[in-house]
Amino acid sequence: MKGIKILERLLATIPVILGIAVIVFLFMRLTPGDPVDIMMGREGMVTEAEIEALREEFNLNEPLHVQLFIFFKGLFSGDLGNSITRGVPVIQLIKDTLPATIELAIGALLFALVIALPIGIISAVKQDSIFDRIAMAGSFLGISMPGFWLGIVLIIVFSVNLGWLPSQGRLSYLVYLERITGFHVIDAIVTGNIPALLNALKHLLLPSITLGASMAAIIARVMRSSMLEVLKQDYVMLARSKGLSKWLVVLRHCLKNAMMPTITVVGMQVGVLLGGNMIVESVFGWPGLGRLVVDAIFNRDYPLVQGVVMFYAFTFVMANFFVDVIYTYINPKIEM
Amino acid sequence: MGIEERTISKHINNAPLNNLHTVKTRLVLLNLKEFIKKLRKHKSAMIGSFVLLSYILIAIFAPLIAPHDPAKTNLAIKLKPAVWNGGEWTHPLGTDQLGRDIFSRIVYGARVSLLVGFITVMIAITMGTVLGCIAGYYMGKLDAYISRFADLLLAFPFMIFTIGAMAMLGPGFWNLILALSFKSWVEFFRLVRGEVLAEKNKEYVEASKVLGMNDLKIIVSEILPNIVHSILVLGTLRIGYLIIMEASLSYLGLGIPPSIPAWGSMIEAGRDYMFNAYWISTYPGIALVILVLGINMFGEGLRDILDPRLKVE
Repeated sequence: MKGIKILERLLATIPVILGIAVIVFLFMRLTPGDPVDIMMGREGMVTEAEIEALREEFNLNEPLHVQLFIFFKGLFSGDLGNSITRGVPVIQLIKDTLPATIELAIGALLFALVIALPIGIISAVKQDSIFDRIAMAGSFLGISMPGFWLGIVLIIVFSVNLGWLPSQGRLSYLVYLERITGFHVIDAIVTGNIPALLNALKHLLLPSITLGASMAAIIARVMRSSMLEVLKQDYVMLARSKGLSKWLVVLRHCLKNAMMPTITVVGMQVGVLLGGNMIVESVFGWPGLGRLVVDAIFNRDYPLVQGVVMFYAFTFVMANFFVDVIYTYINPKIEM
Repeated sequence: MGIEERTISKHINNAPLNNLHTVKTRLVLLNLKEFIKKLRKHKSAMIGSFVLLSYILIAIFAPLIAPHDPAKTNLAIKLKPAVWNGGEWTHPLGTDQLGRDIFSRIVYGARVSLLVGFITVMIAITMGTVLGCIAGYYMGKLDAYISRFADLLLAFPFMIFTIGAMAMLGPGFWNLILALSFKSWVEFFRLVRGEVLAEKNKEYVEASKVLGMNDLKIIVSEILPNIVHSILVLGTLRIGYLIIMEASLSYLGLGIPPSIPAWGSMIEAGRDYMFNAYWISTYPGIALVILVLGINMFGEGLRDILDPRLKVE
């Protein structure tokens, strides 16, 4: 039964993904001036024949629906076209930069969970205490702060003034690391390269904090409110009246139930992780997907922008799908 | 007392009375008075509304408050620090890399942030409410089309959609508002549609139909007054988010063009001077954080007072 429902939900993502593809496609075609004109504007002297050849290459002479068909045919065979500025397949560029982005997203998620879960739990248990007030004020600040500014302030404090942490890139120039998976932390562990591992972690710290801060703020607030909800239940009272200590009850009995809303919220934050990384990667010169697409925008590399935006939206839809699936497994009461 | 009045108002709204309108006008006034009373008691909402009001006044009277022309460059006095770092009182928050007065630029920057936030929310509320009412009240094919389209837009993370849209449209004040509102109306649409669906089967709507009111009148004067609370709360909370969005896009160079002073692009400009002039990026960011903090405090206060069941993630 469950399997069928999951399958149904999976099938329901197909029209959404197709719709996204159409929107992304129209975005690119309906803007004034086609890519070739813009490329020509940059290159300078070009002959009519060369322009014609380029238009032919990008199928710009075909009617719109044929172009859409060609675009879809490419999508289904995993071909997102070639980058104009780099001359490399877009899919290759995505593959190359994806590990950096995932590494940063995991770092941010870990930071957010490590900070937010204890704060949320303690705040709920010690409701209205000074700790609670300060923590909630802090989380309010976290929600109201733009990530790029936080990143710059962290760089000013920890890189410029204290000189503790690097501010740009994933590794220092002099550190050598063999590329196996593209995840620097994993590569360093696999090759037993301790200096590279430390260097990679140091580079990872500030971007992770920047990307994870607003998420931590949201998770802490949700954790607190769902824990407060659970603490009101009768079974908590019963456990306490049996003589179990407060923290034992909280950790052993309440935590599992209070985690449910938190997991949903973490799932919903995938979009924030994806969108936020464009900003954070620009601030910290992190060579990931976000920087790739921002650079592509300024170079007017339309196939690249199109491909990466497609990829982002696809990831977002799939992430939401997995959150739904996980959610039905933890909470059988929920119908998909 | 206050809670009782609200339940009474719901009761009266639900009851088919002939003098429905006179009763309702009185209740709205009563609620306004009660609302201000509650707002006064809500500490953080008061602080928030004070911050928001101050920023609005600063934005309106920017030419009177700013000591210098925000666009006037003077390389002779570039990169001067703030007063407390050994700067001079003529430039209280120092100057930037072109010798422009940072304080004046922050004051003028408030205009852009507030305008983008408010105009976008207005457009989003209008679009979302109109479409939401139509979809929720009439259902049917039109509802299905709008809802599918809304789902599609929801499939894009906000930042990615607006960055993509701005990449195509190019930087500009109205382009930014277009891109932001194109994505923001969806939330209001979903809220209004859901509320209208819930309200339209209640007795007071049935009663109005029996009384011979036409659909437009029922929606505007019967249903909307009952859901306007939720719209206001969501709208206020969205303004803060949109202001952060505006600043983020301007930071990337995709939002407000650099010729207009905006906090996001000021922070971006200071990035290259982090090593010797940290104040260029720091102070506009502080101005931004205080404003968004104020709006969010006010918004959450509104939610506590008007609509405790509405929770935004």
